[in-house]
Amino acid sequence: MAEWICRTLRDGGLEGEHAPALTINHTITCSLGFFVFDHILSQLSSFIHSQKSQSSGIVLVAFSRSPLYYEQLLKSKGYNVSASTWFKVLDCYTDPLGWKSKLANSGRIANDSLGSSVTVKLCKNDLDELFSLILHRGKELSVDGKGRFMVAIDSVSEMLRHASVSSVASLLSELRSHGQVSSLFWLIHSDLHETRATAALEYISSMKATVAVQPMDGLSGNSASLSLMQNNLKRGKFSVHVKCRNGLVKTMVEELNVENSTINFTPFSTEGEVISQSLVPKVQFNLQLSEKERNDRAKVVLPFEHQGDGKNIQIYDGRKSLNESKGDSEQTCFEKEDSGRGEIIYFHDSDDEMPDSDEDPDDDLDI
Amino acid sequence: MANALPSNLLDESLGGSSGGGRMILVEDCVETSGAFVVHHLLKRALNSHSSDAVVFLSFSHPLSHYDRVLRKMGCNLSVQRDNKRLLFLDMLALDHLDRNRGKTSEDILIALYGEIQKAVEISRSHEARHHITVVIDDVSLMEVDANGSSDLVLDFLRYCCSLTAQFGCSLIALNHGDVYSTVDQPNLLLQLEYLADIVIKIEPLATGLAKDVHGQLTVTNRNLRVDSGKSRSRIHNFQFRIKDNSVEYFYPGSKT
Repeated sequence: MAEWICRTLRDGGLEGEHAPALTINHTITCSLGFFVFDHILSQLSSFIHSQKSQSSGIVLVAFSRSPLYYEQLLKSKGYNVSASTWFKVLDCYTDPLGWKSKLANSGRIANDSLGSSVTVKLCKNDLDELFSLILHRGKELSVDGKGRFMVAIDSVSEMLRHASVSSVASLLSELRSHGQVSSLFWLIHSDLHETRATAALEYISSMKATVAVQPMDGLSGNSASLSLMQNNLKRGKFSVHVKCRNGLVKTMVEELNVENSTINFTPFSTEGEVISQSLVPKVQFNLQLSEKERNDRAKVVLPFEHQGDGKNIQIYDGRKSLNESKGDSEQTCFEKEDSGRGEIIYFHDSDDEMPDSDEDPDDDLDI
Repeated sequence: MANALPSNLLDESLGGSSGGGRMILVEDCVETSGAFVVHHLLKRALNSHSSDAVVFLSFSHPLSHYDRVLRKMGCNLSVQRDNKRLLFLDMLALDHLDRNRGKTSEDILIALYGEIQKAVEISRSHEARHHITVVIDDVSLMEVDANGSSDLVLDFLRYCCSLTAQFGCSLIALNHGDVYSTVDQPNLLLQLEYLADIVIKIEPLATGLAKDVHGQLTVTNRNLRVDSGKSRSRIHNFQFRIKDNSVEYFYPGSKT
């Protein structure tokens, strides 16, 4: 499913359609959204690098992490982006408010520029310049300046600190509807904003991926809450809502697992068994079932008629032995087979009679 | 030659030596003050390697207070300051940063940031200092200086965080969880938790007051990228007892 999202972003929108847009949503309790963002960025880079994509490159707007971080990330995947023609960064991390340039101009600090990224100074509540810079960098990705490109925004939450929801929504809409933007995706920390702000941005996107805490069996105690926190740092539930062209909203769910800095997506299992078994607190009591115990448990015959295997069931009601025939009793309908051994064939009352609350079911007792 | 510090549970949970380029958030509350963690991290930063330096931004106490505390722990701050290994910025002094000359809060914080970056640049050029740690004590008092603007405080902290990427510094900030834990305004707390690589929470025991145990520490390493390949635990929880000259750390139930 994560691969499906990457392919959808790679392919872009059809002629005359707005570009596909993905929101990646997470909260502090399971903040693996960063890994999902990095994974998608790496996958799209791989498509572009191997020329499997019609886009000429990616423009990354970096708010939460420095451009150096992304250079190192993509270098670890085998792409040297420092002098690349298909990856451009707009650095909104180093000096978003212009403090450093102000200090450098007055000689109080050294004027350092980091790498090939363009440092952006944001104007409060005015994102027009950012929009122009994104387009400008996008045009640099192709020779004639007319090629399509993808846009990745590292954290819309950071953008919302400096601009209103309407300005941010307007920027994202304009990017989606721009002819040269083939697709875009962004990360948002939904617990930092009001619901309406997150909802407004989710409405603008065509796909919404949420990283949430994986549901677990109820555990109690301090060690259990620590185990839960530990689990949430590495695993999560990845659910995606996709708005299809015909108006249907499809939902898909996967499990995500981060191990050794790599992320894996696996089909979602509704059983929390695997997780709870590994997180059962280590106590002196044996809380696990052995294979033999599990088999024996499966073989226990349950004492009611709904065994469900289609055969006639012999019921022992505790008053007479099974080999004797039944005399007068509450059971309304039974037959006795004319064979050497007695047999009780029981047809459930409820099939014949509707229960009537006025009637006393013991009325027919002859006491 | 630097002497290796005897390792305790807190050091083990923080992992690595100086661990450059990290932001450590220390979150405490009224019942359990996190000051001892700041003292420990300060001592660790000054002892770990002879070429490391500290820029200490103090909004709550003067240097004499920290000097007194750290002397009992075996560290002489006055000597470190004279050796240019410690730059102590005393924000309690009114004439610091021309606060009495009617500058706006933003200008004051910009100037303060400028001082920190300049100190980091000078420190790095001087005898090739390996690692610089910036310590802020504490964030809620900084907000007082910023006339109540938590946005400005967050901007300042983000700029300090950018030093971790640009110069490989470490940033340690103390914050009071209960000041920001109301439903209306959990924002600064959450924003800092998102920024931090390691969060150290100091809380009272769930069972209440105890004579021998003063509280519990939960150390969460949120940065999954710094993985040495071993499957180490990301969360450590242990208890502590503050003594006159030191702090004892132990796992629950193992205190004899």
